[in-house]
Order: sequence, then structure tokens, then C-alpha cells
Amino acid sequence: MNKKGKSVVSYNKWGYIFLIPFIVVFIIFQLIPLISTIKNSFYINYRDGLEIIGPKWTGLGNYGKIFSEGLFLKDLKNTMIMWIMGFIPQIVISLLFAAWFSDPSLRLKGQRFFKTVIYLPNLIMASAFSMLFFTLFSTVGPVNDIMKGFQLLIGKISDPNEYVAYDFLAHTGSVRTLVALMNCLMWFGNTTILLLAGMMGIDTSLLEAAEVDGATANQIFWRITLPILRPILIYVLVTSLIGGLQMFDVPQILTKGSGQPQETSMTLIMRLNKHLYSKNYGMGGALSVILFFITGVLSFIVFKFSGNQDKYGKK
Amino acid sequence: MQVNMVEEKQKGGVKARRAVAYVVLTIACIFCLIWFYILLINATRSKGELTKGFTPIPSVHLFENLKNALTGTQPILRGMINSLIVSVSTAALSVYFSAMTAYAIHAYEFKLKKAIFTMILAIMMIPTQVTALGFLQLIDKMHLMDNFIPLIVPSIAAPIVFFYMKQYMESALPIELLEAARIDGAGEVRIFNTIVLPLMVPAMAVQAIFSFVASWNNYFTPNLVISTDTKKTLPILIAQLRGADFLKFDMGVVYATIAFSIFPVIVVYLILSKYIVGGLAAGSVKG
Repeated sequence: MNKKGKSVVSYNKWGYIFLIPFIVVFIIFQLIPLISTIKNSFYINYRDGLEIIGPKWTGLGNYGKIFSEGLFLKDLKNTMIMWIMGFIPQIVISLLFAAWFSDPSLRLKGQRFFKTVIYLPNLIMASAFSMLFFTLFSTVGPVNDIMKGFQLLIGKISDPNEYVAYDFLAHTGSVRTLVALMNCLMWFGNTTILLLAGMMGIDTSLLEAAEVDGATANQIFWRITLPILRPILIYVLVTSLIGGLQMFDVPQILTKGSGQPQETSMTLIMRLNKHLYSKNYGMGGALSVILFFITGVLSFIVFKFSGNQDKYGKK
Repeated sequence: MQVNMVEEKQKGGVKARRAVAYVVLTIACIFCLIWFYILLINATRSKGELTKGFTPIPSVHLFENLKNALTGTQPILRGMINSLIVSVSTAALSVYFSAMTAYAIHAYEFKLKKAIFTMILAIMMIPTQVTALGFLQLIDKMHLMDNFIPLIVPSIAAPIVFFYMKQYMESALPIELLEAARIDGAGEVRIFNTIVLPLMVPAMAVQAIFSFVASWNNYFTPNLVISTDTKKTLPILIAQLRGADFLKFDMGVVYATIAFSIFPVIVVYLILSKYIVGGLAAGSVKG
């Protein structure tokens, strides 16, 4: 009896031993960097030419500066506009496709093919995808050629036969649309598969009962499927928002880091990248900490709702 | 009679809805693929042909462009090897150690178990970008700047991979099996390596693919860490392509370079798509 109790204890110490690699690496490469990032945000520390200014304690000075300069709110606005422009079509398309895939009366064939294709863009290197869009939509690129072919471009006043190429990168609307389009393309397949998994989990007897009672496909979707999906929809919304706040590769490559025109496509992480490159650690730190807290609050929401989802599952 | 009519009507309705679904899905697929089609076409066309405007028919200069891309000023081949080294190591470490961490939480009872599990879940969503500043300062102090180690080693602590493994173990790894192995006299490390890991292969394969792709595509951190040309990974080289005076480039080479970074992943994906798409759904039902 005594001996058995002892051996259980000695087994369980292995729980700690197997956790060592994770904990050590986490502390070194995530926890310490996080703490020193927070510390940096309280100091003035940047480079002016070759001269290093600081580090000098400034308390919340950097935070004050971030808001008073107005750059943070401007970048946040750009990031959110581009995220929303991509997210709305994405969620509409994903809901529609997931509803089709899961509808037993439709019996769609080739589902695996469709899923494989729409998920594909998610795995593409975002920077290469962005570079590809840049070349395709450049003033000498194939999209302008095709638009010329369909006579969508206006001729020059001096010579109506010579066309003026449309510069997609010179207009706020077109740059933001391109970024949103790429994000939507890269993520709608992923969202479709997530929502589909949720829809497949719905008890079919509910849907059949509604059908027997004479409900149309539309009514079933809006009155039964959507309310049941609410926790997954919130999960998709918030995780997409967290991803949206981290938007970087696509606009960075597309606009060469400039957020052109006039920084209207500049995102928060592009600004952070700029601070890190110029070794402006004070401002970079403050921006990181703000992002950390926003992400923290959003993650907490996901956490809470996925907990609820578990409860539903157990019922 | 009336019921029959309603049924007939519904049948017709289903047919129409099915037709609409097929058409819209096909359009979506075209929309997903057309960019890569244009990329493929343009990668086969010479500099001169590309300035003449777009045609949907491929030309014959693919190998010429690939050769020029490989021998050009950008060290593409070197970049590809670098990307492979970093991504393969990242995938291997992240999968092995996440399985180990999940095993620790799954198979043993100890005091801090719940606290550690909650902590790992809590840090799951912290983006690497927000700790990048401290991370760069730290590796600078450790003299690891311009080195692959800071790109590879942090993947040992991958909360999302851990979470997936933990979920998988709950359904695939009965505790009784471990007890049987212990009675047979196997040590704990041996049990993990020879009994647990083989059972985890399906989950490890799915997560290895995702870790590989995430690392292959990663631009933010490598761009801040690596500075020597011969150590640069593909995303950095792609960004340089954009940064340089774009119009001076041979466009055929530009397209070939992009194709070089995109198509390997597409090929691997198409071969393994069954597991990837299935694995995605399996993880999401639980998560």
C-alpha cells in the first residue's frame, strides 16, 4: 500500500520534467521580452541621426504622445476600415457556402474539391501574394492591359488612341480595396470550414422537425441555424478581429511600407515595424503595450464564449 | 393532392437552388485560382512578350526565366534553402515538444497542472508582434542577431499546437495503456518516445504542415532578425523585389521568383489536402 503511493508520486514528478522545455522557452523568448517591452514603454529612447537619445524615464509620456500625435488613432482607423472591408464579404460568403455544404436536401457533389480550392489561398505566403497583386495591378501590369482591352480606360486628351493606365496605388479607395480583397480571399475558405464544422454539429432532428412543420430553407437558416451558431460566429468575429489588428504583410509589401497614398493604408503593425527599424524603442514599446491590452481583452471574450460552447456541447 | 404539389414545388426549388450553388461555387473557385493562373502564364513569358500586354496562353520561356531568377542578383536558391532549414526545424521542434507538453498535462497528476494549463491557454492569443521589441533587444544581448536560432527555438513553446495535441490525446491515448507499459518496466521517457509518439502521428502530421507553412510564410520576425544576404529567407527576398526600383527588373524573372515561393506550398497542399482540410475541421469542432 505504502509502496504503491510512493511510486505514483514518483511518476507524477515527470509531469513537471516534461513541462520544462515549454516553460523555459516560454520564459526566455516570450515572458522576458514582454516584460522588457513594457519597461521600454516608460522610457524615452530613440535615435536622432547617429545620436542615441535616452533611455530617460518619462512615465506615461510615450502613451500621451501616441494619442496626442494622432498617429495611433489614424493607424487604428486605417486598420479597422481595411479589416471591415474584408470581413463583411468574407462572413457573408462563408455563411452562404457553409449553409450549402451542410444542407442535406441539396446534396452537393464535389464538396471536397470546392473546399480544397477555397482553402488554398490561406496557405499562400502573404508577402508573395501581395507582391503578385502588386505586379498584376501595376500601371504596366495585366489588369491594366485587360481593362484596356475592354475599353475601360479613358484615352489621353492629346491622343485618344493612347490610354492612361489606372494607378491602383495612387488612390486610397483602390489600395484599401486591394488589401481587403486579398484578406478576404485568403480567409473566407478558412471561415467557411469553421462555420461548416459548427453547422454539421447541429442536431438534424431540429432541422427535420422544422421542415415537417413547413419551414422554408430560408426560415430554417435565419431562425434555427444562425441562433445556434452564435457562439461560433462570435469566435470567428473576434479571432478575425485579432488577426485584423495584426495586419502587416499584405499592405507592407503592396505599398512598400509607405502606406501610400498619404499613409491611408498604414496599419498599426506597419507603424510598429517602422519604430523597430528606426530603433525608436519608447514609442514602439508603448504601441506594443496598447496592442497587447486590446488583444488581451478580445482573447478574454473568445475564452468566455468558447467556454459557453463547451457547456452547450455537454447538454 | 395539395401535398403532392407542395412536394413538386419543393423539388423544383431544390433543383434551382442546387444550380445556383454550383454556379456561385464555381465562380468562387475561379476567383481563388485566377491569380495563380496569371502568375503561371506570366512566368512562362519573356520580358518582351510581357510588355506587349496580357494573353491567357502560356509561352515557352519558363526555364529561361527560372534560370535567370536563380542566377540573378537575388539569392533565390539560397533563400529557398534557408527557408527550408528554418521551416523544417520549426515544424519538427514545435510538434515534438508540443506533444511532450500535452503529454505532461494529459498523463500526470500534479499540483500546478491546472494553473499551468490555464496559463498556456491564456497566452495562446498573444501576437508575436507585441513582444517583438523586447525579443529583439534580448537576442541582441545574447549575440543571436542575424542567426537562425531565434527563428527556430521559440517554436518549442507553441500554445496552439499544444492545445490541438491535448485535444487529440483525450480521444486517442488511454491512460490504461501507459499503466500497462509501466508494469512491463518501461521508463517514462521511453514510454513517451516509443508508445505515445507513434499514436500521435496523425495529429503531429497535421500540425507539422501548419507549423511548416506558417514559418515558410513568416515575414515580420525574420525581416527584423536577419540582415546578411546569404541568410535571408524567401519572404524577405520577395519584399526586396518590391523595395528595389521595380520597373528596372525583368518582369519574367519577377514572376518566376514569386512562383518559386508560392508553388512548392501549393503542390504540397494539393498532395496532402485531404488531411489538411479534414484536420482543420477536426480541430475546430473541439476548439
